[in-house]
Amino acid sequence: MNINTPSALCIEQLSYAYSGKKALDQVSFTLQPGECTLLLGPNGAGKSTLFSLITRLYDSRDGQISLCGYDIKRQTRLALAKLGVVFQQSTLDMDLTVMQNLLYHTALHGIARKVALPRIQQELERLNMFERRFEKIRQLNGGHRRRVEIARALLHKPALLLLDEPTVGLDIPSRLAIVDYVHQLAVEENLAVLWASHLMDEIFPDDHLVVLHKGCIKAKGTVAEVLTCTDSRSIKEAFYSLTQGADA
Amino acid sequence: MNLLHYWRAMSGIVGRELWRFITQRERFISALVRPLIWLFVFAAGFRAALGLAITPPYETYILYEVYITPGLIGMIQLFNGMQSSLSMVYDREMGSMRILMVCPLPRWFLLLSKLLAGTFVSILQVYVFLGIAWFYDIQAPWQGYLWVMPTLMLSGLMLGALGLLLSSFIKQLENFAGVMNFVIFPLFFMSTALYPLWKMKESNALLAKLAEYNPFSQAVELIRFALYGHFNHLAFFYTLGAFMVFMAAAIVGYNPSKGMMSKKGGA
Repeated sequence: MNINTPSALCIEQLSYAYSGKKALDQVSFTLQPGECTLLLGPNGAGKSTLFSLITRLYDSRDGQISLCGYDIKRQTRLALAKLGVVFQQSTLDMDLTVMQNLLYHTALHGIARKVALPRIQQELERLNMFERRFEKIRQLNGGHRRRVEIARALLHKPALLLLDEPTVGLDIPSRLAIVDYVHQLAVEENLAVLWASHLMDEIFPDDHLVVLHKGCIKAKGTVAEVLTCTDSRSIKEAFYSLTQGADA
Repeated sequence: MNLLHYWRAMSGIVGRELWRFITQRERFISALVRPLIWLFVFAAGFRAALGLAITPPYETYILYEVYITPGLIGMIQLFNGMQSSLSMVYDREMGSMRILMVCPLPRWFLLLSKLLAGTFVSILQVYVFLGIAWFYDIQAPWQGYLWVMPTLMLSGLMLGALGLLLSSFIKQLENFAGVMNFVIFPLFFMSTALYPLWKMKESNALLAKLAEYNPFSQAVELIRFALYGHFNHLAFFYTLGAFMVFMAAAIVGYNPSKGMMSKKGGA
């Protein structure tokens, strides 16, 4: 790694508590450009809390988060400009069309309309959604809505893409299509991806893993490294041994 | 600071809100039905019961319907402000507020843009209401319809900021109904919207005092005077002050490290 290039995401000694109950405890890891990292953990592991802290919806008193070298607390706007997010719940406006939703996002990021329109076309075409740009979100199925959200998250050319269980509730073909597409994006666009999931089949052999359980990191590294350190034959086995059979 | 970025973001937020309002016909109609029922039914019934003396800004005896019209304009903006904040609680629960909050602009600016968007919607409603009232023979001097515009802006912002402040304290959508009852009704009934201050003093001095210091009363008086071509200094500064206080408190409420967001499970 070039030492002059900052990590896409750097989390150091991050802790967070809800009313005294620890949700995250001394969490540290980094993500490099082009890396796809799966954040694995059972329900209640602290994945959503971690995402809320990275997106600055919550504020952390203990620890540090930086995006592309920008501290999320002190250089919030510079850091957020580098971030694309797909939240677990749909955040699209149901009564607006695909195009209106995307133009709203580009306006929030200060992108001129003449720049925004070709970008929207490019992102929608890549996801085979361009023909449906004038349809209201309400008319789309769950898989197509997710595609629109992924397209939206990429419009301002982020360096880091956060996905919080984006395939929940989707059928298998839609799920696989999104998993493939995001992995492809990481390689082609040199994009760092942090993908929260608890589905083992969303992991590719070249992926990096961060296993979170009860707010603590239980393992991190490449798939091979995690398998070696847990002495497991499959990720599923490794995951169970790390989380001691908690709900997966 | 890239001013163009701010301008584009604000236009996007305001445009989205106006578009939603125009396309949601039911919302448009229901926003108008409420004040019109008060005007056509309540005010008509009360006309005989209430005798009104000549008080500024009126220069002649007026009908009760004429008196109540600025109060009903205030009512439109009060309900609109509360409805905007209700939609913010809904957006927060449903997640679309997150998209706004993670965009790279200061949070105070995003909240102010949201407020402006809601205020523009309320001004649209007010002018349609005034148009209908015109045909009901409630007619102000034509200049009044222009003078009232900036005051509607200020009163809309003040009432919207109050709604925003409330929304920062409300954890769930279900809690909102109670707050509406505890906020809207006292603000509306303990004000000069329905009865003049001097009339209230005759029956209950304490109520009159409360009404006098109620920021909603001041907003209504600001609108009432502007509609008849007068500028009410006290009402203007009082409303402006209330807006600044509510807005500052709402910004603190939405700050992830200081406000209620740090104690909530959603954002």
